[in-house]
Amino acid sequence: MKQRFEVVVSLRPGLADPAGRAVEESLPTLGFAGVSDVRIGKHIELVVEAPDAAAAETLAAQVAEKVLSNPVIEDVRVVPVEGAE
Amino acid sequence: MTRIGVVTFPGSLDDRDARNAIAFLGAEPVALWHADADLQVVDAVVLPGGFSYGDYLRCGAIARFAPIMAQVSAFAEAGGPVLGICNGFQVLCEAGLLPGALIRNDSMKFLCRWVDLRVETLESVVTSGLSEGDLLRVPIKHGEGQWIASAEEIARVEGEGLVALRYCSPAGEVSPDWNPNGTTDNIAGLRNARGNVVGMMPHPEHAVDPDLGPTGGAPLLRSLLESVGVEA
Repeated sequence: MKQRFEVVVSLRPGLADPAGRAVEESLPTLGFAGVSDVRIGKHIELVVEAPDAAAAETLAAQVAEKVLSNPVIEDVRVVPVEGAE
Repeated sequence: MTRIGVVTFPGSLDDRDARNAIAFLGAEPVALWHADADLQVVDAVVLPGGFSYGDYLRCGAIARFAPIMAQVSAFAEAGGPVLGICNGFQVLCEAGLLPGALIRNDSMKFLCRWVDLRVETLESVVTSGLSEGDLLRVPIKHGEGQWIASAEEIARVEGEGLVALRYCSPAGEVSPDWNPNGTTDNIAGLRNARGNVVGMMPHPEHAVDPDLGPTGGAPLLRSLLESVGVEA
């Protein structure tokens, strides 16, 4: 079977996010007030081919944790996309 | 002659300068290729600066999986000297050979300028020939040089004296005023517990020849070469 996943990588809470801060600080200048806590992460999509759903999920989780994110600075979430493949 | 390997990844930029600096200081530079799982019997390894694999995903994240990196890790674990410069430092952190990670400079700006460094420990292959408190002028050129780690990890790094180099004023004062990129505790370079693996954001290989400017990089690279038998 083939299963599509979304992988969401975000900076761990409390860590400095210079890119997020730069965007946040520019918002008032651009006319948007009242927006705070801007954090910039990554959104990655991938398709895994595996014997069953559980195996696909395990493989996607391994890729997400070992390659797509760095546990020192990032949290990662893997979400199966239903019905896409 | 002592052989110093310099790894070239796709996107490495400073591999040639690193090889030139090694030759200038009296050792034989050996070009190593990322896709060859072969260290060619070198005495030490340099991971140079640049943008390996375009810095896609994260700086150093893909280079870490290059065929040669398994050899570099085994070499480091056996006590072989490994120096990561700039992108090489990022690769060493991604590979788990050094703690923490390097993220975007707090200014969001790419920095290209001279800095002053203070030697913080002699227990590393690049500082063993120096004295604590020695000052070195070398260039930086990076967009992602802010070293960070968890509070526990920072406490361990500081407690075990793993900081090899800090950014400082020309007079040696370490303070936030002299921190170019927001890095934790002005950390510019780190060593592992054994001292054989060192990562640093500044570029010693660009500062060895007096005809070209300050030579703060020479003592660091000379220490590395002396640690593997090149005579002073």
